[in-house]
Amino acid sequence: MTVSAIQIRDLSKTFGGGRSLFGKTRHEVRAVKSVSLDVERGETLAVVGESGSGKSTLARMLVGLETPTAGSLLIGGKEAGALRRDGPRAFGKMIQYVFQDPVASLNPRKTIRDILETPLKFLCCYETARRRERMRELLDAVQMPEDTLARYPHEFSGGQAQRIAIARALAAEAEIIVLDEPVSALDVSVQAQVLLLLRDLKTRFGLTYLFISHDLAVVEAISDRVAVMYFGEVVEMAPAARLFANPGHAYTQRLVASAPRIRRE
Amino acid sequence: MSALAETSAPKAPRRITSWRLLLNNRLATAGLVLLGLVALMIVLVPILPLPDPDATAPADRLKPLLTAGHLLGTDQLGRDILSRLLWGTRVSVAVGFAATLIAAFVGSAIGIMAGYAGGRTDNAMMRGIDMLMAFPYILLALAIVAALGPGLMNALYAIAVVNIPFFARNVRGVTLGYVHREFVDAARLSGKGNLSIVLTEILPNVLPVIVITMSTTAGWMILETAGLSFLGLGAQPPQADLGSMLGEGRAQLFTAPHVSIVPGVMIFLIVISLNLLGDGIRDVLDPRLRSGALARPGPVTEVASGRAVPANAAAGAALSIVGLETGFRRGSEIVPAVRGVSLHVKPGECLGLIGESGSGKSVTALSIMGLVASPPGLIRNGAVYLGNEDVLAMPETRLIANRGSRVAYVFQDPLTTLHPMYPVGRQVEEAIAAHQSISAAACRERAVGLLNKVGIPEARERAKHYPHQLSGGQRQRVGIAMALANDPEVIIADEPTTALDVTVQARILELLRDLQRERGMALLFITHDFGVVSEICDRVAVMKDGEIVETGETREVLANPQHAYTKRLIACVPELGMGEHFLKGVAGLFPGRKEQPS
Repeated sequence: MTVSAIQIRDLSKTFGGGRSLFGKTRHEVRAVKSVSLDVERGETLAVVGESGSGKSTLARMLVGLETPTAGSLLIGGKEAGALRRDGPRAFGKMIQYVFQDPVASLNPRKTIRDILETPLKFLCCYETARRRERMRELLDAVQMPEDTLARYPHEFSGGQAQRIAIARALAAEAEIIVLDEPVSALDVSVQAQVLLLLRDLKTRFGLTYLFISHDLAVVEAISDRVAVMYFGEVVEMAPAARLFANPGHAYTQRLVASAPRIRRE
Repeated sequence: MSALAETSAPKAPRRITSWRLLLNNRLATAGLVLLGLVALMIVLVPILPLPDPDATAPADRLKPLLTAGHLLGTDQLGRDILSRLLWGTRVSVAVGFAATLIAAFVGSAIGIMAGYAGGRTDNAMMRGIDMLMAFPYILLALAIVAALGPGLMNALYAIAVVNIPFFARNVRGVTLGYVHREFVDAARLSGKGNLSIVLTEILPNVLPVIVITMSTTAGWMILETAGLSFLGLGAQPPQADLGSMLGEGRAQLFTAPHVSIVPGVMIFLIVISLNLLGDGIRDVLDPRLRSGALARPGPVTEVASGRAVPANAAAGAALSIVGLETGFRRGSEIVPAVRGVSLHVKPGECLGLIGESGSGKSVTALSIMGLVASPPGLIRNGAVYLGNEDVLAMPETRLIANRGSRVAYVFQDPLTTLHPMYPVGRQVEEAIAAHQSISAAACRERAVGLLNKVGIPEARERAKHYPHQLSGGQRQRVGIAMALANDPEVIIADEPTTALDVTVQARILELLRDLQRERGMALLFITHDFGVVSEICDRVAVMKDGEIVETGETREVLANPQHAYTKRLIACVPELGMGEHFLKGVAGLFPGRKEQPS
């Protein structure tokens, strides 16, 4: 039996809480409430839910940007707490993250070369010549021209910036990638192209995706299985085709019914 | 991106360089020239043919200005004032700038550390800075000099320490804004450690603020140096320094005023030139000022005087736009955003205006009531008929009076369009009172009625709540209530549901549809979502690069699109039930994407 890419058991995250100096209890927000799920290698698991349902908090815990309050988290069979103790490099080599707003995730004062070089230098520890070669390969993989390297992030459109952000995630050579609403900020035609790119990259590099989105149709197009989050809990998890054809939980039914459809008749 | 394919790498737009911007500011240029002259003089002092500044000549004491051999006269010990002035300026400027650098370095380091670490470290550091600020600066400087003993170096330390809080507080504030940005998280995931993130990710972004603070405080520091020397705590005799010259000349203020006036004028010139230059640098480096926040847009979009005014093509329509062309001035050229758009909405009809970002749909919507910010906006051609009257030909006051009463807008993000400091009920009342003169009590009743109408439960109670206490959907309902306040003929909704969750979006669309049918209003609905268009619109117009490429009955356009752009756009929309067939279908739309980098 192979090890799951991600194994989550009873994972919880609470913000605030505790007592203040004068013994008053602080306001407590339970963003994620004892979530358990597995992502197999080579699979795309989608997490859907509305704003405030805790899906981004879950994603940030997976890549080590937040510390879970309780529960266990295994990434590629390794305990996340141990990875965190080994520092950001250990985490970055296992799992990478693509942000929702591609332009905000690129430092406005750095060239694309600086941005792409960082993971190659810190995570892969490559020589200068090897780094240059890898950068060319990465840009080729995300279908961007080579002169991209000398430019600054604001010179690119949203779709192009997202391609660069994806290239940065690939640069770490991690096999698991968490995609946090990677196409919601993009126009539909650009969105379709980025989705295609993600699908191609997955087969080419044997990646595992955790795909977070609020758009059910996008999720259906790209994922194998879907987990529905509602107020910090996973209320339903099923293969994509079955979930949307025959939603079980009342909230999933409402979500599917609310999705706008193009009526052609 | 308006085009379907992300072709052609973006061309770097030609921007005005910082240097040119600075030189455009006349006062800053004057400051720069003045400062340049002073700098040149003090650099050249050692090679200029000047007498020894410390050589006394009691016989020649207190000579007036323009004496032969002593251009600026002599002081009470017969020393040449010109020579002392230049040597003294050298000392004062050096001390002032050194203090600025020290304060900037230490203050910024504290600020960045506090902002980055946050929590207790931040608290401890900033409380220390607060204590430093609580002392009157001259008292603190006096205490430091008293402890260390008088002397130029000690004065320098004192001034640097006194000014650390300015840097620390400014830099901390800016750092806080960057620490939680996504690119910092991304750098962490790329394997960077804390020190590396601070130095290579945050510092380059904070640097402009440090430079701005330096340029605005350098003048102040020179003044403080002079102040301490004036009190005899800085430069020690016989060394010349602007402050000590002023102090020594004070005794002869009435018999020989030039002895103290000459260094005083020099201090004035240096500080004023530094301040003018500092203001100029701040204007250039501050991104908010650079984006044109200082430019005051007029109340109505500028309309070109020689515009073509086509006749109303759709009589009987509530709103009819004919041949509208709107552009933005950039330098001397005008960049078109809307190129010859014509559309009309009949009473009781909903027209969808759909297009990708940058297609000009929002500019079209804003042009209708002259709401495009001007400068830089300009309506070059076309007419907007409201009933039978051309809005663009209306006098300004009449156009403003028509906003909200005959044409109302609903915007995308209700959190930014509602005022955060007023209860929502009061904002609805304000919308009513702007166009109707009714009593306050009646106004309140109507506001509650409207809130009730748009489906806010317990409207009377909810009217007292502030925008942040309502959910996104409820805020948008308040926005709709404000638009309905004066029974407008036309409502223009600009992406009203884009920021909302799907379940909420479905309910808001239902509300808009019902209200529009019930009141027989014309609705111009702007969106990028074909699903939403299909839910609510009777007719749809597809926009691309500022032009309408296709228009028709919604169902017809969706079922049988004529224009190639519409076909591809519709094919790119994933729909529930398509599953992975969607990507297979889309792959056919972008042939050769492997060869041709997009």
